[in-house]
Amino acid sequence: MTRFIAIFLVLFMGTAQAVIEAYEFESAQTEAEYNQLIKELRCLVCQNQNLSGSNAELAQDLRRQTYTMLSRGDSPAQVVEYMVARYGDFVIYRPQFKSSTYLLWLGPFLLLIIVLYLVIRKLRGSARPLEVNQGAMAEARNLLLREDDEK
Amino acid sequence: MIPEIGHFALILALCIALFQAVIPLAGASLGIQRWVAAAIPATLVQLLFLSLAYASLTWAFINNDFSVLYVARNSNSELPLIYQVSGVWGGHEGSLLLWALVLSLWSGAVALFSPNVPRVMRARVLGVLGLVSCGFLLFIIITSNPFERLIPAAAEGSDLNPLLQDIGMAIHPPMLYIGYVGFSVAFAFSIAALISGQVDSAWARWARPWTNIAWLFLTLGIALGSWWAYYELGWGGWWFWDPVENASFMPWLVGIALMHSLAITEKRGTFKAWTALLAIFAFSLSLLGTFLVRSGVLTSVHAFATDPARGIFILAFLAVVVGGSLVLYAWRAPLLRSAAQTRLLSRDGALLLNNIFLAVATTAILLGTLYPIAIDAMGGKISVGPPYFNLMFLVLTAPLGILIGIGMLIRWKGDDIKRLRGKMQLPAIAVLVVAFLISLALPQWIWSAYLGIVMALWIAVTAAIALFERFRNRKPMSALRSIPSGFYGMLLGHIGIAVFIIGITLTSLYNHEKDLRMAPGDSYSVAGYKFTFHGVQQFRVDNYVATRGEFSVSNESGDFQTSLYPEKRIYQVQKMPMTEAAIDAGFTRDLFIALGEPLGNKGAWAIRIYYKPFIRWIWLGAIIMALGGLFAAGDRRYKRHTTAVAVSAGMEKTG
Amino acid sequence: MIRFAAPLGFFLLLVALLGYGLSLDPKKVPSPLIDKSAPDFSLPMLDAPSRKLAPGDLLGQVWVLNVWASWCISCRAEHAIITQLARENLVTIIGLNYKDQPQDAVNWLQQFGNPYTTSLIDLDGRVGIDWGVYGVPETFIIGADGNIRYKHIGPVTQDSLDNKLLPVIRALLG
Repeated sequence: MTRFIAIFLVLFMGTAQAVIEAYEFESAQTEAEYNQLIKELRCLVCQNQNLSGSNAELAQDLRRQTYTMLSRGDSPAQVVEYMVARYGDFVIYRPQFKSSTYLLWLGPFLLLIIVLYLVIRKLRGSARPLEVNQGAMAEARNLLLREDDEK
Repeated sequence: MIPEIGHFALILALCIALFQAVIPLAGASLGIQRWVAAAIPATLVQLLFLSLAYASLTWAFINNDFSVLYVARNSNSELPLIYQVSGVWGGHEGSLLLWALVLSLWSGAVALFSPNVPRVMRARVLGVLGLVSCGFLLFIIITSNPFERLIPAAAEGSDLNPLLQDIGMAIHPPMLYIGYVGFSVAFAFSIAALISGQVDSAWARWARPWTNIAWLFLTLGIALGSWWAYYELGWGGWWFWDPVENASFMPWLVGIALMHSLAITEKRGTFKAWTALLAIFAFSLSLLGTFLVRSGVLTSVHAFATDPARGIFILAFLAVVVGGSLVLYAWRAPLLRSAAQTRLLSRDGALLLNNIFLAVATTAILLGTLYPIAIDAMGGKISVGPPYFNLMFLVLTAPLGILIGIGMLIRWKGDDIKRLRGKMQLPAIAVLVVAFLISLALPQWIWSAYLGIVMALWIAVTAAIALFERFRNRKPMSALRSIPSGFYGMLLGHIGIAVFIIGITLTSLYNHEKDLRMAPGDSYSVAGYKFTFHGVQQFRVDNYVATRGEFSVSNESGDFQTSLYPEKRIYQVQKMPMTEAAIDAGFTRDLFIALGEPLGNKGAWAIRIYYKPFIRWIWLGAIIMALGGLFAAGDRRYKRHTTAVAVSAGMEKTG
Repeated sequence: MIRFAAPLGFFLLLVALLGYGLSLDPKKVPSPLIDKSAPDFSLPMLDAPSRKLAPGDLLGQVWVLNVWASWCISCRAEHAIITQLARENLVTIIGLNYKDQPQDAVNWLQQFGNPYTTSLIDLDGRVGIDWGVYGVPETFIIGADGNIRYKHIGPVTQDSLDNKLLPVIRALLG
């Protein structure tokens, strides 16, 4: 059964192609906001696609909803809020900044700072001048002078 | 009959791989010469049988043997020959067989083309590769047998997914596999070094060419995938940070860090432990990628038939291989101490910083890719997509744009800040000014565009300076002859990045996209081009029926430039509608048109038009980088040095 | 010494996460509406389109909303189970006929039986979106206080009816 579903899903890859709607917008800004939003909203029935790239029916419905909301004056943030209220955080590709995502957003920077600090401290710290064994130096000098004499 | 032969050959290959793994490794540790000597023959015989198995499967495809389940699922008698051949790796089972074959080919290459590597080390390397082969072949035979029969045989196959019936998609997997399977060689070398406790850095020198070649193929494979997504999927994008894309990108990034780390280790004898660790990481990420794509643990457009049972097997394999390597590392790495010091203000330091940024960027991508699983495990659900990855990746790798330039001018071991400043001051100012002028010439001022151009120019200028430095105080001919191939590799690699940066910057910031309704006779103008729609026509080809639209493109003065013919196809067998965008490719811009749906009954259609400036530079940059990898691999210094070192290393350790 | 074992440590954590991840379903989207008040609507009934129903009309009783459509193959699979639930006479079951043709829906119910007290017509799927519906079938359990208490994604099987839905319903009934 799993295999059947799996094959079916793979076949569905074919819907991995954009459906193009010719929506008309009042202003270039609204159009830009729309294009940006449908790239950040997720198609819930697809195998990892945004609303912009999917021709699934639900994706068309959600695009229409986005268009309607933006055209009547709602802000992109309000559209996102609307979608998240109904579908949860899953529907937006930009993870919201909250306690459960602090690690996600801040982790890499923290890691970078910590690593850079440790590495730079280690490199500075180990930059000691080489200790010279005076006895060995003297012996080496003698040997070299003797060789010069013998030449 | 042939499929049975293939199946039998596969099982034999596993037995030999087992032999290849156990005997040489045991022989190396116990000092049994005959067992050590068995490594090469075992490797080659395994390759032979695996090739036979693969050939059998290909035969089944070409001869339309639909009594083989895998063939019935992925092929069709109407399928053009080239796609019957590429269809072999179009599904899970066949692509795994290709994975195993590529691994075997790499092992064979190491067996035949490493005369300068001491016998014992080579035996260990081949032994480790044999271990990995065992794992894969076991997995294939137990859970993913491509030779499974379908009884009764199907009258006709289900056809290869139309998305895969494309030349770019056809070559993309082999390139990728040659790439990240190739990292197994550096991995094997570092494991062999850890096992043997070899304190010197010779293994780094031996591993370099193999790593360069693997990396260059991975570069090409990723670029092919990106290019394919762009022209085939019709949404104008070329990278989505999909888990499977990330699965190939992470080894690529670590591969870059590895190549640079190998350079430091070979040259200065430092960072041996780090290099070993990076080699383990690079290959581990390749294996992780295999897990992610085939286990169903993440949702992805690329995912093969997913099956948690297979996922468990791969995870166990991953745990054993990587876990085992890291245990070995934890135990033996302390031996790999280096005497030399590293100063921050030196090429060593710059490369170290380079690797830190790359490693943190890779960690960010890994974090973003796996975070949804972690949140799911805690009862929530999130998506992490392009907005996260784009931001994190850009910020974490932007410093590299400047660092690359500094790295090419700064001296090994230690440099003087005054000397450096003197060298960089003038070029830096020149770059800032020229970039400013270029940015002014663009349609509008965007700060991030300026920064991107600054970075690209900085890299190009410092690369040129690095090249001229080689001619200073020397006769031109003798200077030219003294430049090693690896130096050109470095230059090309970095220039490739500069070209890549230009492509990304300009296409992301200055592209135009428009979805609109067009009836025959309508036109639309953007960026100095006028697109006029002339209606659609229907006709039939091969295994699909097409609706083709016609557009004529002219420039501002009305001169005809080109015609574009976007299509919508319906493939006969799978009845899937597919959009074939029409693209007018250019060095400085792409024009891209896709057909949507018919609107109304007056012949109007929904049309998507893109203007994409400099998008080809993205893949051009990748090709230049790959070329750099090729030059780096061909460096003759590897051959000269290895003879001397091989002799001494050989005398040092015989067990 | 620790720094050499650190990679191993992180790796083991990773494996644990991935291992656990194998038991999860990345495609299931849990509802953010659990324990929140049922989104309002006013939809015509399939059998009497001039009459409308709203969640407010069902305050004070525990009820089930089952999203279905005549074009949905899995709905046929779960139909027997929904009918079984209807026969238990524990709760009112309201159908949400999602993005369907009313005539096709009526025919479907005539052919396979009607377990619903009534079905509501959601032609364009707007109400579906308000309820976070992303596939068909889906089933919601709403408490007497008007809050959604449980959402089941996909067809209801015998196993999920017995072990998931019925316990929730019984608990809500007190």
